[in-house]
Amino acid sequence: MSISHAPPGSPSPDISGISKSFAPNAEGVSGPDLQPVVPVSSRRARVPRWLRRTSGPLLLLVLWQLLSATGVLTADVLASPERIAQVGRDLISDGSLPSAMGTSLRRVAFGLLFGTVIGTGLALVSGLFRIGEDLVDAPVQMLRTVPFVGLIPLFIIWFGIGEAPKTAIITLGVTFPLYLNVYAGIRGVDTQLIEAGESLGLSRWGLVRHVVLPGALPGALTGLRYSLGVAWLALVFAEQVNADSGIGFLRVQAREFLRTDVIVVCLIVYAFLGLLADFIVRSLERLLLQWRPTFTGR
Amino acid sequence: MATDVHRPVTPTVTQAVRVEGLSRTFDGRAVIDDLRLDIAPGEFVALLGRSGCGKSTLLRILAGLDRDIKGTALVPRRRAVAFQAPRLMPWKKVWRNVLLGLPGKPERARAERTLDEVGLGHRAGAWPKTLSGGEAQRASLARALVREPDLLLLDEPFGALDALTRIKAQHLVAEVWQRRGCAVLLVTHDVEEAVLLADRVLVMDDGRIAHEQHVGLDRPRDITDPRFAELRAGLLRRLGVDTA
Ligand SMILES: Nc1ncnc2c1ncn2[C@@H]1O[C@H](COP(=O)(O)OP(=O)(O)OP(=O)(O)O)[C@@H](O)[C@H]1O
Ligand SMILES: [Mg+2]
Repeated sequence: MSISHAPPGSPSPDISGISKSFAPNAEGVSGPDLQPVVPVSSRRARVPRWLRRTSGPLLLLVLWQLLSATGVLTADVLASPERIAQVGRDLISDGSLPSAMGTSLRRVAFGLLFGTVIGTGLALVSGLFRIGEDLVDAPVQMLRTVPFVGLIPLFIIWFGIGEAPKTAIITLGVTFPLYLNVYAGIRGVDTQLIEAGESLGLSRWGLVRHVVLPGALPGALTGLRYSLGVAWLALVFAEQVNADSGIGFLRVQAREFLRTDVIVVCLIVYAFLGLLADFIVRSLERLLLQWRPTFTGR
Repeated sequence: MATDVHRPVTPTVTQAVRVEGLSRTFDGRAVIDDLRLDIAPGEFVALLGRSGCGKSTLLRILAGLDRDIKGTALVPRRRAVAFQAPRLMPWKKVWRNVLLGLPGKPERARAERTLDEVGLGHRAGAWPKTLSGGEAQRASLARALVREPDLLLLDEPFGALDALTRIKAQHLVAEVWQRRGCAVLLVTHDVEEAVLLADRVLVMDDGRIAHEQHVGLDRPRDITDPRFAELRAGLLRRLGVDTA
């Protein structure tokens, strides 16, 4: 049943010569250029996907190591990968990295929790009720334009220099993207579906539960993903100022002693945590949005 | 048996639908103007009319979705709608869509029975986005039927289907209607479909029912019957199309 498969050895897949002999008044009239529809399986590369995806970073790493080994890249500019691995292992074994990670993760977790509750809560209020929109939306849109990092000095004055200002900064950073996306998600729900729900006799709460909230979920998850990105950013800023623990503190300390190796280890930890967060949201999306057939790329 | 869309219930009605002096204006333009319509219980009525004459508006009023009206509209409490687009909730499996909005905690088996009725029992566990156009439309019909309506409102439910699926869907509706015995108001653009299915065909124009045609042919109807062709031609003339 294959449409047209040139035998492996044949020079060209063009079968217009065959079609010519089928044509009623064959001589001189050539049909349209035929080309085979190649099945997906044969187009796919033989190299497995994960290998293709990891080879890029690996090459980069090899290049980096080469540059360091040949002395082009000196240690006070950027430590070699080998050295960084060594330092990473040391930091883990003496317990300073795990405890710093624990502290930072706790900050992000609390910030995310508060930010999610506040952002989603406000979005629900202004998305579901017209009076809520009038009361909430304008102030939130106004506050949104203030760069949250600029509030750090104010937060320190208000909350002192303990955990509170750090959590507050992360909370603030997380709140707005979530608010915007959940609100847009709620308002973007297809009115035809709402009408259908109404015609089925759903109550107001039933409409919210079965139509509006599921319809807003894709937007909400986009917001969550974005918020996670902002949360790490906020963490970096928050820990830069007045921290006595956490990854940021480790980094600031390393800067004092010009330890590029420790700084890179901290950056790797950030990247790793970011990837982990992204993985969690993507799993959530796969779980919650199974109903949505998505374009997966070619 | 009937609820008034905006006035107290009159208990003496023996109609499935009773509409009198109904008006609906959009920005000062009367789309429905002093309309009168009665539908008997168990009657199959088809509603024709040129595009934009207000058929969907009337249907939405009868469904209780548009209450910004003047006049009287009495409709059964148990009524159901199937729209031109299936309007299934994409985040609910087909069977959950069918049961959506039913009181209490209905069992999946109940949805499956109704889905079987429209020949879709095997797709009960599918996501709506994986259904074909005709399947989605049948799921939407099942969702309407599971409510055991006294009045079934259909707004061009076969409009988006291909010719073959359309014929099957028409047979399906005729069959279901005969089994259920509910009153049906079918909005359609297709005169042949109207004559094939309905007891009575209405033509809407200028915001009211401008013409009414009883279809006295025996069922199942034969579209090659000369009387069928005659009715069809008459209605087409009414709609401003000359077939001769
Ligand atoms: N929400 C609305 N606001 C303003 N005008 C409206 C609204 N809904 C419908 N109309 C107008 O009312 C008229 C009747 O619309 P309706 O949808 O009832 O037409 P229809 O007879 O169902 O047409 P079709 O056969 O094309 O579906 C149209 O002119 C339409 O533009
Ligand atoms: Mg319409």
